[in-house]
Amino acid sequence: MTREYLYYPGCSLKGSGNPYDRSLRAVFGTLDLRLEEIADWNCCGATAYLSVDADTAVALAARNLALAERQDGRDVVAPCSGCYLSLTKAKVSLEADPALRERVTAALKTGSLDYRGTARIRHPLEVLMTDIGAPEIRKRVVRPLKGLRLAPYYGCAILRPYEEVDDAHTPTVLEDLMRTAGATPVDFPYKSRCCGGMLTSGVPGIGLRLVEILLDAAADSKADALVTTCPLCQYNLEVFQDRLRKDRPERLPVLYFTQVLGLALGLSEPALGLDQLLWRPALAVEVRR
Amino acid sequence: MGAERTVKYEEELDPTFAETVAAVPGGEHLWDCIQCGTCSATCPVSLYMDRTPRQIVGLVRAGFRDEVLGSRSIWLCTSCYACTVECPAKLPITDFMFALKRLAMEDARYRHFVIPRIEEAFVKMVRANGRLTESRMGMKVAFRNGLRPLASLVPVAWRLYRRGRLRPLHKERMRDPASLRAVLGALPGKAKGASM
Repeated sequence: MTREYLYYPGCSLKGSGNPYDRSLRAVFGTLDLRLEEIADWNCCGATAYLSVDADTAVALAARNLALAERQDGRDVVAPCSGCYLSLTKAKVSLEADPALRERVTAALKTGSLDYRGTARIRHPLEVLMTDIGAPEIRKRVVRPLKGLRLAPYYGCAILRPYEEVDDAHTPTVLEDLMRTAGATPVDFPYKSRCCGGMLTSGVPGIGLRLVEILLDAAADSKADALVTTCPLCQYNLEVFQDRLRKDRPERLPVLYFTQVLGLALGLSEPALGLDQLLWRPALAVEVRR
Repeated sequence: MGAERTVKYEEELDPTFAETVAAVPGGEHLWDCIQCGTCSATCPVSLYMDRTPRQIVGLVRAGFRDEVLGSRSIWLCTSCYACTVECPAKLPITDFMFALKRLAMEDARYRHFVIPRIEEAFVKMVRANGRLTESRMGMKVAFRNGLRPLASLVPVAWRLYRRGRLRPLHKERMRDPASLRAVLGALPGKAKGASM
């Protein structure tokens, strides 16, 4: 059965998060989940707008949701954790604050947009594991990733503060996906600890320390790779390894969960953007049928 | 050697500050805090802050306006929401920090730190194009941090470019950014703490 969704890629997936976009489309396509990009979407507002102007932050996100509602009532898939949270937060704020809702809907009306608050915002990890589910996905696995040890890294925004993807304290959905792909999730105590966010570029002295803490823990867990659900986490954990790991030769591949699942589904490395990663995972070669 | 006074007289405090913060979206729960410090213990960056989140709440209540709005702490908050889900008094501390960031943004005296500058650049770029071009934003940030951080990004940028993850000439842009600006421009006048 074909399932249809609207797609909100966000700015990162058009840039350094390109392998996420590619692998997500490939995996969704294989599983008969159709994505249609929201027409002329705008920036979700990220955290920057909340630091500058609360109404504008909400209006930015709401415009995207109104566009989605106009297109039709399909769920909106937002793969970037930051976008996922901005859109969800705006929706929650508009439900909780009637005065805010009036200001924002009035502004949207001037652009012939009608916000009703009906669009559901989904993260693709939850879409895969709920709408299709592990048993169905397992049937489609042609290349179980046997013996592959993966550290699950959720980051912050898909768990906190709303817990709509999974429980904030003991999430398991990413581990479930790994097992479904035939891989072995390792115990990773920092799976929802902050990746440093934008501090890695703004205040590297602090931001890179946060990254280092995660890389050290991943090394301790003897994982073959880290698995992320967010383009900013992936970027932070991947690109600073040369600077943080000057004294050791090994580099830890940092994959998107869509790449992990795609491998198990038999998709090719280029189709999953694995050739776009800085640290090419040897695992993809070593995978046994 | 001059004598430096390290204690403030009460008359130097801002008695209206707590009220101001409590009236701003995100600041409403100011008086619910029980000063237990769970936020500071949970926060992954509190170790590097000049004042911990618990201290920030205490200082707001006591009227230490300059200390709070001039603090690096509010800008070091990465909004990971770890404190928010742990707070036993159910304070949305992340939103509280956002409220303080907005108040700080309203006064140029408090915008000297690198992070508010980045936020300003971000907002400007989105106003112009409707979307963000990561690579251009990264360049702006690196420039602000000086030549050495900029140089350290060159090998990374080269690698990302080789892998199709950085398009130097590409500008991420809406088809019609003016339509977004029109909507944002139609928002009513700005209340204190809600906006810049």
